[in-house]
Amino acid sequence: MSSSSLLALAATIALPVLALSLAATAWRVVRGPTLADRVLALDMLTAIAIGFMAVFSILTGYSLYIDIAIALGLVGFLATVAFARFILTRPGRKLPDTPPDRPRPNRPGQRRRRA
Amino acid sequence: MTAAILDYATVLLILAGSFFTLAAAIGILRLPDLFTRMHAASKAGAVGAGLLLIAAGIHTGDAGLAARAVAGFFFLILTSPVSAHLLARAFIVTGNRPDLSRLRHRNRKGEGDSPV
Repeated sequence: MSSSSLLALAATIALPVLALSLAATAWRVVRGPTLADRVLALDMLTAIAIGFMAVFSILTGYSLYIDIAIALGLVGFLATVAFARFILTRPGRKLPDTPPDRPRPNRPGQRRRRA
Repeated sequence: MTAAILDYATVLLILAGSFFTLAAAIGILRLPDLFTRMHAASKAGAVGAGLLLIAAGIHTGDAGLAARAVAGFFFLILTSPVSAHLLARAFIVTGNRPDLSRLRHRNRKGEGDSPV
């Protein structure tokens, strides 16, 4: 078997495997149960999309997909950081281990949490 | 000859990358709570995507594109622990804890099934 047909075979194997991964991760986005699970699954979805772009670039020989994949990785990282900040500062969240009328003492080395 | 070697390396990287990605997706689907899912996604997921990216980079045979793909891989490796840490910290601070209900431990004789 020549090396180029082996390469086509590998790409043909990789595409359904990646599609299966995409479906599993999308099911986690739908299912949850918490917002953080969905954010984690969205982060994983961007990683799988990067993999898809790489395999497409190999199959079609269109090398610009590599740059697009790098840019998508950057955007995915920023989105996850922004979502984490959103989970942290979301209004109406319950504060852990904090009695309602006695605020936790502000120990040195610990930043005060925003309510 | 060189093209054949590049093709074989690309084949290996594609298969390894898709395997890692599938492992991360199965982990996201099957593991019980956010922290264990994160353990699957932020290590195996980043490595899987990065290996596929490197495969695409070396398949072009262009040194600039390969260097860009390797830089993208390093970027993924650098950022995935940062985002996982931020997400886990936000999850902890909002009052959630790891789900230890499925965790059992046995004593030294291998008997007993008490929750930790």
